[in-house]
Amino acid sequence: MRALGLLLCLAACAPTTRDLRVGSKRFTESRVLGEVAVLVASETGATVEPRTEFGGTMLAWNALRTGAIDLYPDYTGTVINEILSGTPIDSAEELEQALAEHGVRSTEPLGFNNTYAIGLREERAAELGVVRISDLREHPDLRLGFTNEFMNRADGWPGLRESYALPQTDVNGLDHDVAYRALESGALDAIDLYSTDAEIDYYDLHVLEDDRAYFPRYDAVFLYRTELGDTHPALVEALQSLAGEIPREAMVAMNARAKLDLVPETSVAADFVRERLGIQATTNERSLTARLWLRTKEHLALVLSSLLAAILVAIPLGIFAARRERLGQVVLALTGILQTIPSLALLVVMIPLLKALGAPSAYLIGSAPAILALFLYGLLPIVRNTYQGLKDIPPELVDAAEALGLPTRTKLRRLELPLASRAILAGIKTSAVINVGTATLGALIGAGGYGQAILTGITLDDTALILEGAIPAALLALLIQTLFELSERILVPRALRA
Amino acid sequence: MSSQAKEDSTSTPPFAIEYSAVTVRFPETLAVDALELSIPSSRTTALIGPSGCGKTTLLRLAVGLQNATSGAVRVLGQPLEATTLDQLRHSIGYVVQEGGLFPHLSCADNVALVAEHLGWTRERVRARTSELCELVQLSEELMQRAPGELSGGQRQRVGLMRALFLDPELLLFDEPLAALDPMVRAELQDDLKKIFARLEKSVLLVTHDLAEAGYLADDIILMRAGRVVQRGGLREMLEQPVEPFVTEFVSAQRGARDLLAEAQQ
Repeated sequence: MRALGLLLCLAACAPTTRDLRVGSKRFTESRVLGEVAVLVASETGATVEPRTEFGGTMLAWNALRTGAIDLYPDYTGTVINEILSGTPIDSAEELEQALAEHGVRSTEPLGFNNTYAIGLREERAAELGVVRISDLREHPDLRLGFTNEFMNRADGWPGLRESYALPQTDVNGLDHDVAYRALESGALDAIDLYSTDAEIDYYDLHVLEDDRAYFPRYDAVFLYRTELGDTHPALVEALQSLAGEIPREAMVAMNARAKLDLVPETSVAADFVRERLGIQATTNERSLTARLWLRTKEHLALVLSSLLAAILVAIPLGIFAARRERLGQVVLALTGILQTIPSLALLVVMIPLLKALGAPSAYLIGSAPAILALFLYGLLPIVRNTYQGLKDIPPELVDAAEALGLPTRTKLRRLELPLASRAILAGIKTSAVINVGTATLGALIGAGGYGQAILTGITLDDTALILEGAIPAALLALLIQTLFELSERILVPRALRA
Repeated sequence: MSSQAKEDSTSTPPFAIEYSAVTVRFPETLAVDALELSIPSSRTTALIGPSGCGKTTLLRLAVGLQNATSGAVRVLGQPLEATTLDQLRHSIGYVVQEGGLFPHLSCADNVALVAEHLGWTRERVRARTSELCELVQLSEELMQRAPGELSGGQRQRVGLMRALFLDPELLLFDEPLAALDPMVRAELQDDLKKIFARLEKSVLLVTHDLAEAGYLADDIILMRAGRVVQRGGLREMLEQPVEPFVTEFVSAQRGARDLLAEAQQ
């Protein structure tokens, strides 16, 4: 286990000498804010590496808490209700204190509140004379459509209906994007919104005033590690200076450009910091070659380090399985079970597992858990082929080897492993090819690689971006397969080749 | 055939292999049944009998590839013990059908495997290889090839070289010529007979061919169902069979009768 830990450390440290990692979650607004932070940080002279595809709030938060990233944007309501839900927090001071216990600080609010809201088409609102949520009481026949999450959350529809004593009964749960289209076509009268949705302006919607202050505030802030105050004081100062600089209209406009006009988030953020803060950020969009190179390096680091670890563990396991028949079957069954766990589940489970194993907190997110998951995934083909390769040595050769009177180790090195080498190499090849594909999911926990492009592409419905990740991933798999076939000529004795 | 023992080596025990009350039981069969048997030193002994009579099991017992269910086996005067087994195996040459050569190593590497492990110098290995090539009548150039590139008879000669490399005291042969065609087989039988005569090793040979046994061995042990039926020379088996099975077994082997008829002329 210690050796494995060391390997993971080496692997995690290997790809780049990191300076500052800026994270963001998997939606447009979070990524735009992340890019703003990247530009502001670059302006202070820091070298920055973006980590943009965290699959959920807790993944990003854990990454921050453990030092895998240094800062990321989030919302006060999310921090209070989701991240720190066990701690009662009633004031800014209490929030600051609760964050400090995790070695994290928050900037002042950036200037907008991305809370839930209720919206109607402007003309429909005017027609009904509705400006506040309480005005809805006068129109019991309105057709409402809410996201499934909003339908079920305590601070969603059930609480809203109770708080405002709303009479509507025609309420449907549906997808957020579908809801916008249903509203536009007149199939629905009102839907729930995130108050900085770009669609609000696009569809010309009227956001009803929350006159009873029912919805909590979701003020956007940057969360950063406390130690940045010492290591990067200029950055902290620059982040703090963003307080109040991003009013709702500005954020909505940026979301619209990124999501509706498909302007790259980097450019959206660069325009914003230039116009608002006077930072002459060159749109630091990496060239295609540079992007591919970076992702290739990240991807290779994931695949190669996990594969190396798998080889070092799986070959001895396979040898053991071949030697000790009964325990060997247990080993084969266990590695087989690992293979049946869906890869995404395995990736996410690695974080608490690493924590339970006492891994240093810096390795709880990012490449370390991804490498561990890929390592476990890579075990079975190698263990099974090593086992089978050794078992398939003809009995007369087993006897001949035994009768020579060589020590076990020499016999293994000179006779048994070379005789099984073709099967073992085939197992390693299978592992490598599987890992190239599975590693694309690593981006969900901040490990980078080709998955970064694929997952962003899926979020943005940007086929070009998906292909920018998928094509190199497929090519890498083919390349690895070819390399293995070539290496078979070197590693497998001539007489044993197919 | 000359049977004078090596006079200089006082440590040579009278028996190369001693089986004392040895029983080997497999799940379905009794392979060796409470056997008392001694294989003399410096002579060639053949084990013969129908399939499943236990002859191969006796050979495997002697090199530790098979454990006795009960009883004891002593080889070269020593008991077979896990701690000294590998050491003892260096004094035993073991040859199986087709030589049992490792396909991934050249013939040269196949024969020198153990010597290299024991730290022999390259010169010593080369000299011994040349010497043995001459003994087994094999061209030295063939040694650089992989076993797969050799004929069956050539492979068998390489297998013999490997068994002889450390100059062992005991040679065990398990059906060494069974897979060869008749011409090659006859030639190898001649060569083996010369080599045995020249080296004066203790040899235990398993074969199902009575003619081969009679030609190569000083002493023939006929087995059936894990027991020794008759022991002696070929002529004895023909002329004084101890039970009908012996005659039955001998008559089934046309070659043996012809051989004897030839000898009687």
